[in-house]
Amino acid sequence: MSAPGQFAAGPGRGESSHGVRFVLLVLVCLALMLLDHESSQLARVRQGLSVAMYPIRVLVDFPFASWRNLQANLVDREALLDENQRLKREQLSASLRLQRLDALESENARLRELLDSTEVLGKRVLIAEILAVDLDPYRQRFNLNRGLADGVFVGQPLLDANGIVGQVVEVGPLTAEAVLITDADHAVPVSVNRNGLRTIAVGTGDSNRLRLPYLTNSADIQVGDLLVSSGLGGVFPSGYPVGKVIEVRIRPGQSFSEVMAEPISALDRDQEVLLVWAGEQDAAIPEAANLVEVK
Amino acid sequence: MSRADHDLFAPLVSLLLALVLSVLPLPDSIVAFRPDWVAVVLLYWSLIQPRRYGLFTAFWMGLALDTLSGSLLGQHALALLLIVYLSQRFHLRIRVFPVSQLAMTVIALLSLYEFMLFWVDGVAGRTVPLIERWAPVTTSTVLWILMLVFLERGRQQAEARM
Repeated sequence: MSAPGQFAAGPGRGESSHGVRFVLLVLVCLALMLLDHESSQLARVRQGLSVAMYPIRVLVDFPFASWRNLQANLVDREALLDENQRLKREQLSASLRLQRLDALESENARLRELLDSTEVLGKRVLIAEILAVDLDPYRQRFNLNRGLADGVFVGQPLLDANGIVGQVVEVGPLTAEAVLITDADHAVPVSVNRNGLRTIAVGTGDSNRLRLPYLTNSADIQVGDLLVSSGLGGVFPSGYPVGKVIEVRIRPGQSFSEVMAEPISALDRDQEVLLVWAGEQDAAIPEAANLVEVK
Repeated sequence: MSRADHDLFAPLVSLLLALVLSVLPLPDSIVAFRPDWVAVVLLYWSLIQPRRYGLFTAFWMGLALDTLSGSLLGQHALALLLIVYLSQRFHLRIRVFPVSQLAMTVIALLSLYEFMLFWVDGVAGRTVPLIERWAPVTTSTVLWILMLVFLERGRQQAEARM
């Protein structure tokens, strides 16, 4: 670089004040990180910053959203007719199953009454779009276009048409940040649908693998078993599909076997997810109870 | 465009663009090689106009990046502050380096940047794969050199015309 003439003189106001400012700002950063890590006192600050960053998120999402719109507008008639017929067939079979479900639900309510256990209230859901914004590539997180204004809360479960997707970890006024069940820092309490065996499915950081590290060698689990959420822990509603076991490796000499599962939801392909206000009156999430809307 | 307009316009737009680029969705195969856009652009402006773009710019850009990427608040800010401070501390020396030596300096600074991010992640107990952390350093360095060469040439032409 042989053009020193274009460089301005220096950071200005003397080297020592430059150093002092650096130290002060570093201290501010350290304090912020400490507060952010240890407590939720910075929620307000984060929300403010989140609003300030909203235009950037929308700007980044815009081309992708308009491309999707364009694609939706350019579908030809044949394809629409096909889709319509397919949806009608699906609707028919779904409504048949729903009729059975209605009967089962009322039966379930009667049985619960007999057992005097807590009543399952209706669940309110809201469709949220996933913003096409890449977050930290080392963690499985994404932004949603719903926030405090829609009543989204931290710890809220996210579902799609197939099963459990993840949960909300941070809420801003207009957007929310959610974590997938396959994030390396996330775990879902599950039970095996076949026999009710309870365990925990831990994320791997790979969006189509879950790990079940807490199963002993003698546990009754086989390839193909469906894992559903067990409802323990109070975050996820019980009985929703989470994954399918794809590999069981028993390691003699180790007390736990190595079991891998594949998530049921299309975690890396979803564009819309459902935010669920779980109806169950659970003591573990008092905030959720206030938001319940009986339908 | 007058000189004053130019001085304010290009840095602001480039910093904003850097923010956008650092969250733009990329295919999975190349996402690990995404350059640290903000660090690169900030380093450039803090060397070119150290009076105007320095520690405070680094701090605010860092907070913006923290908010966008959902990391710990202050994590990117700290890493950016550190490299901007070092580059400004030695900017009189850095600015007369030949390109090869400049590349080495930038590699060192960006490695430090990645290391700070990695370190804070580690202290905060977040799981991070180590190897992939270093891929952006190479792409960022190449980007930095390219940017410096191109922008400097454009600037000289602009000055010559004035």
